[in-house]
Amino acid sequence: MSHWLIAPVLLPALLAPLMLLFLRKRLMESRVVSVASCLALLAMACLLVVQASDGTIQSYALGDWRAPFGIILALDRLSALMLLITATLALAVMIYAVVTGLDRKGWHFHPLFQFQLLGLNGAFLTGDLFNLFVFFEVLLIASYGLMLHGGGGARLKAGVQYVVVNLVGSTLFLVAVGLLYGATGTLNMAHMGERVAQAPAGDHGLILAGGLLMIAVFALKAAVVPLHFWLPRTYASTSAPVAALFAIMTKVGAYCILRFTTVVFGDGAGELAWAPAPYLLPAALATMLLGFIGVLGARQLRHLAAFSVIGSMGTLVSAIAVFTPEATAAALYYLPHSTFAAAALFLVIDQITRRRGDFGDALSPSPAFARAGPLSALFFLTAIAVVGLPPLSGFPGKLLILDAVRDAPGGWWIWGFILGTTVISLLAFARAGSVLFWKSAATPGEIQAADPVAPVASALVVAALLAVLAGLTLAGGPVSGYLNDTAEQIFEAGAYGGAILGPG
Amino acid sequence: MSIEFLVATAVGVLSAAGIYLVLRARTFPVVLGLAFMSYAINVFLFASGRLVINQPPIWGKDVAAYTDPLPQALVLTAIVIAFGMTALVVVLALRAYLETGTDQVDGLADEAPGPDSSPSREAGQ
Repeated sequence: MSHWLIAPVLLPALLAPLMLLFLRKRLMESRVVSVASCLALLAMACLLVVQASDGTIQSYALGDWRAPFGIILALDRLSALMLLITATLALAVMIYAVVTGLDRKGWHFHPLFQFQLLGLNGAFLTGDLFNLFVFFEVLLIASYGLMLHGGGGARLKAGVQYVVVNLVGSTLFLVAVGLLYGATGTLNMAHMGERVAQAPAGDHGLILAGGLLMIAVFALKAAVVPLHFWLPRTYASTSAPVAALFAIMTKVGAYCILRFTTVVFGDGAGELAWAPAPYLLPAALATMLLGFIGVLGARQLRHLAAFSVIGSMGTLVSAIAVFTPEATAAALYYLPHSTFAAAALFLVIDQITRRRGDFGDALSPSPAFARAGPLSALFFLTAIAVVGLPPLSGFPGKLLILDAVRDAPGGWWIWGFILGTTVISLLAFARAGSVLFWKSAATPGEIQAADPVAPVASALVVAALLAVLAGLTLAGGPVSGYLNDTAEQIFEAGAYGGAILGPG
Repeated sequence: MSIEFLVATAVGVLSAAGIYLVLRARTFPVVLGLAFMSYAINVFLFASGRLVINQPPIWGKDVAAYTDPLPQALVLTAIVIAFGMTALVVVLALRAYLETGTDQVDGLADEAPGPDSSPSREAGQ
């Protein structure tokens, strides 16, 4: 039993309270500790990816209480991948927040950030349903604080809605846990999968109700239509680095849908096998369409970015909802791409907004602003990534999804929606870019805007995120090799359960 | 009347009240609604371990029937989390009210004054 497995949960769990106690008024020390923690998490995530890449599924019994009685953390290729994505994004966002001085605009930014990472890493590692609920609460409570960080009326209004929606979601989570526990008598996901497979037909209704309710809660986190209403306002009203970090929050929902369905409602579940799939696919297609139409209709840049998150979640969930190893491998390639692309989009919009003075993020022509040249290049590259044009990784991502769903039921619907929404988003981003940069160049007048803090360093963070996307494309072969293995491991019947529950 | 009926009714009534209040437009009823919903869930989680009375909570070799102790641990966790979240949402709602001057959940200003709005405010406009 390797203790490295629990380190990504333990490190932020220790650092956050210590920073709260001892570094409350020491900004410089907090920054050093925070960035060092992000670096350490990245190193650990790399180590865990290497450990997981040989195909073994490690499990960690907390307090040495064996499954299914104790709480289990489990590491397979998928968990390791999610940890790596989280750590990479967290490092970029943390550096951006530090160089732009967001962390001095309110109290406790750094401890909240560490608590957020604790919740995320825990949710990706846990193999226990109730433990997942607890980690969800941890990441949500931290996200409330981060979302409201910096204050302001608009942020508070959106914050109340965000908190209320998520509290109702947490309540539903508990209902689903109660139903599943009542019907199967266990909370360990792998054990639950075995019990579901052996369940008498009379219990199928209860199990189905609990399972679908659980998927609904995950869909709420993943902002799948019709549970997406909270997202645009929340993401548009919070600060740019926090919105960029929240790009991983929707992926938690997608990860949980994938993990929960394959473990509990996998091939072994008999009549109940893949029960959520028929509901997920239409919802995902609607999400895709609605998201990218929202991108086209956005009057503000931050709304444009928020709706592009919804659209990309639709694309991702539609590939997941097919539930075949090929489509899942493609979805897992698209997942890091859409996370980093969305984060880069929020940050580049922040860069533009800072230069535009009173015009802010309104999507209307303004007089030319300083540094429009380099900013337009960054915006152009980010737009290419989000829309999914070559050479960045959105293109191979969408191509892999299209290729993988060809023979799946409903595959042609996915083709139509992905190709159609790509055109819509291409139009939307082309229009946004031309309004921002071309029409502005022709508009007379002058913008009174103070020079933003650290313009070069913060732009470099965006460039680094784009470089990650380029790397994802260039290393497409090895990456999709790992992801194919990941998808096969997810769909290998009994692999996850066998590793956690042990033989017999 | 059986205990099952009593518990099921309690969960149903609490959930109905909670859902109704959560869908209200102002923050105070919404907070109350969230509290009602969390109470409903607590009772529901108890019931998920089956309703058994007068049985030991721990299994032993000489015990034929026992009651499931796990839901009570779950409820305890849920109570703590719901308590903290209610406190947070109350503070947040108050802060939003003080900063924006309205307690509407959607954050819109009270445009049409209701019949009970004070005449002095209208005279002042």
